[in-house]
Amino acid sequence: MAETATHTADHASEHGHETSTGLTNNKLAMWLFLGSECLLFGGLISTYMLYRGRVSDGPHPMAIFDIPFTSVSSFVLLMSSLTMVLAVSSAQRGDDSRTNLWLTITAVLGATFVGGQVYEFTAFIREGLGFSTSLFGSSFYTLTGFHGIHVSVGVLMLLSTVGIIRKNKITGNKAEVVELVGLYWHFVDVVWIIIFTLVYLIPS
Amino acid sequence: MSTSTEQHEHGMTDAGYIKIAIILAAITALEVSTYYVDFGPLFMPSLMIMMVVKFVMVVSYFMHLKFDSKIFTFLFYTGLGLALFVYITALATFKFFIS
Amino acid sequence: MAIIERPGTSTTPVVVTPQQTLGAVKRPVATKGWREWLFTVDHKKIGIMYGVVAMVFFIIGGVEALLIRLQLAMPDGQILSADKYNQMFTMHATTMVFLFAMPMAGAFANYFLPLQIGARDVAFPRINALSLWLLIIGGLVLNASWFLGGAADGGWFMYAPNSGPIFSPSHGVDFWVIGLQIAGVASLLGSINLIVTVLNMRAPGMSLMKMPVFTWMILVVQFLLVFSLPVITVALVLLMLQRSYGATFFDVSQGADPLLWQHLFWIFGHPEVYVLILPAFGIISEVLPTFARKPLFGYPFVVFSGASIGLVGFGVWAHHMFASGLGPVSVAVFSVATMAIAIPTGVKIFNWLLTMWGGKIWYTTAMNFAIGLVVLFTIGGLSGVTHSVAPSDTQQTDTYYIVAHFHYVLFGGMVFGLFSGFYYWWPKVFGKMLNEKLGAWNFWFMVIGMNMTFGPMHILGLQGQPRRMYVWTEARAGEGFFNLGFWNLVASIGSFILAVGVLFFLINVVITARSKQQAPLDPWDARTLEWLTTSPPKAHNFDRIPVVHHLDEFFHRKYEEDTATHTMKKVAEGEDLVRAEGDAADAHIHLPSPSYWPILLSIGVGLLGLGVVYGIPMMVIGFAITLFSAYGWVLEPSVAEEIDFEPSDNDGNTKEIAPLG
Repeated sequence: MAETATHTADHASEHGHETSTGLTNNKLAMWLFLGSECLLFGGLISTYMLYRGRVSDGPHPMAIFDIPFTSVSSFVLLMSSLTMVLAVSSAQRGDDSRTNLWLTITAVLGATFVGGQVYEFTAFIREGLGFSTSLFGSSFYTLTGFHGIHVSVGVLMLLSTVGIIRKNKITGNKAEVVELVGLYWHFVDVVWIIIFTLVYLIPS
Repeated sequence: MSTSTEQHEHGMTDAGYIKIAIILAAITALEVSTYYVDFGPLFMPSLMIMMVVKFVMVVSYFMHLKFDSKIFTFLFYTGLGLALFVYITALATFKFFIS
Repeated sequence: MAIIERPGTSTTPVVVTPQQTLGAVKRPVATKGWREWLFTVDHKKIGIMYGVVAMVFFIIGGVEALLIRLQLAMPDGQILSADKYNQMFTMHATTMVFLFAMPMAGAFANYFLPLQIGARDVAFPRINALSLWLLIIGGLVLNASWFLGGAADGGWFMYAPNSGPIFSPSHGVDFWVIGLQIAGVASLLGSINLIVTVLNMRAPGMSLMKMPVFTWMILVVQFLLVFSLPVITVALVLLMLQRSYGATFFDVSQGADPLLWQHLFWIFGHPEVYVLILPAFGIISEVLPTFARKPLFGYPFVVFSGASIGLVGFGVWAHHMFASGLGPVSVAVFSVATMAIAIPTGVKIFNWLLTMWGGKIWYTTAMNFAIGLVVLFTIGGLSGVTHSVAPSDTQQTDTYYIVAHFHYVLFGGMVFGLFSGFYYWWPKVFGKMLNEKLGAWNFWFMVIGMNMTFGPMHILGLQGQPRRMYVWTEARAGEGFFNLGFWNLVASIGSFILAVGVLFFLINVVITARSKQQAPLDPWDARTLEWLTTSPPKAHNFDRIPVVHHLDEFFHRKYEEDTATHTMKKVAEGEDLVRAEGDAADAHIHLPSPSYWPILLSIGVGLLGLGVVYGIPMMVIGFAITLFSAYGWVLEPSVAEEIDFEPSDNDGNTKEIAPLG
């Protein structure tokens, strides 16, 4: 081999052209992870679909869903996808301050969504839908709670990325790191697109 | 990656992203309107179509799947396809789609 | 580790180490002693640790099996109480499936996959270490339950609602649910890691269709894991929420559907069956051509049948539920799908037979185990086809016939494949040959023991002895040839013969470890790239990255076709090829550096999981450790920066490190 130095592992993947497919390891891994997550959320959504009409006790779904409220928080999450993609785009141009700005806005929108979910949960509990009240209650809180945890992890990742970029402590390719966080964030958003329709808009 | 391929790889401008977001917002508004307006027999199919369109738009444009390597598309849609297959089959054995 | 400087032809590469990367936190640097193993990210060391862990659990699971057979040897057994018996068979199966079979396949995959594709490590070395430590933590949590109020007792499939708090009040199932979730995360990370490794880190020239079959089968297995593990995770989460937080998913009085668990479990559980067997198929697809001295017959068929087994494996799960009242349409559909999956499996069997056909077969222990797999797996496969016929299956469900079937497939198939791999690759990993004479004892005791143990179970099952019953009575044992007592005794004696066979292997390992005799570099006249380096391989695997031109690259470097006679003629010795690689070594090789974070992170996750049983404070501590390690991980470059490397002193050594031997 003509090269005097041979890099391995993550190191090589920072320069995608050194890998067999020309794609970076990190991005391949992220897409695989998202493919896997499809089956995770698929299972939770199916459980909810199977059980949503089974209300032995407590309120029925259509009696407590606040569609206008959830529509607004869905819209907030949807728009956070736009700000996220603008962050990725800024990162690819190498514009750190814009990147940080858009990432922060995305995190704020995400936190707003989580806040809305917390408010929704407390309202539902007040109206008599506990975690153990009915099959509907258990499966509803599990599905949306799981999604909420994903959003919260995403918010943490966004804020951490901002911090790391500001301190210039990033390991690896900056634009790629932002892009990976973005892929995760958009996935969480598309899961909500499905939940919003199947759980909230279609009456059981 | 060199800068010349950058544009090709992520072939969208910020204005393009905003356009996509506006379309997504419009579809969402339409979705919510089904709650207030009676769509009759079109209710279920229209909601499902709008959901799928939104899903595909975010995945294709915001997640760059349309501009990126086909391997990513393969990995993600394999997971999605398997999920649809196994869970719809499982729900079918519960006679979910009959009632 | 870290950067290995190889000035020209020097035989002792000097290890230069990072002194400091994160301000206060120094990176681990040891290349000797326990620290070397605890913080390593070297896929070979991780592979060996996987193997050791799996072997320990194999022995634990084996002892559990022997206790079960002791209990059933005589009518009205007194060895175990009904409750202990339930725990015993549950933990036997759980241990063997999740803590022996999968990690042992992981050991082979970790060690040989990068070597077979000509890579220096896996794609994510630290995640690789994390997978190992999470698996160990998961295994400890699972088995800790024995000492903390009793182990899980619901069978390895843990059918809900039977596994709910009413029927299983001890914390056993809680530990089981938590342990398997942790082990599941470990497998998921491992599978993503290995897929990316195969896709991205192949040596130049190694297209997908030039990859060794073992690598191919491991790739298929990792895809199965990526897409099936999340399903069992859903099931485990639902059960955990039900048992510990009052959810109602499996509460029939609330209108729950008891089949929900069964569907989720078997959507995962059936691909899992192929996760267990395909690595063994991969191993013997390397062993059979080597010892038949012929290329594998129909390589593309073996590859594509493996891939189609993987795909169809996702569409047959409900055949585990024929007796549950699915309805005639579902049963018919899944019955046909199940018959279909026998086709690619049969294709593989014929490929192996035709590989041996006309070959000059060299009967080593590795070869014996491989042939054993072909024979025993076929028996198990045929009884499997009888289950695909739903009316017949209804008769067989929950009898010993099923136990006989899956032990032929898993013991006769999977375990024999893994043992074949031990004998084949031992000289590669440890540089010493396992004793062939002891190997013969090992093999024949295992063959005889395994047939004596599981063969009679066909009869027991068809005579109606149910699985999972802790006693049988003389009054109902029947008479003559079909007497249950006789065959139960035979099976129990067989299980001890089997255990002696495994003991021979362990003795063989000890004797080999003490022996001073080094193995030749190419003892089997092998065919694939892992033999194109020293035994054991150096930390950086290959002195230079090989350029691949052929399927079975190593073979084609040794042999050339004689155009006159159309036969392959040996033109080079493997040993010389390996030496030539050393002479042409790359000058600087950067390897990923060791790290504290994988092991610390997995401890955090373990505490987080135990918090489900022991309350919020433990959960908070676990979460804090997890978060701290995650940040440490993110801020630490996987390969230490150049500035972290201190220039070496005159002897070529840094302060803290000795040269790599």
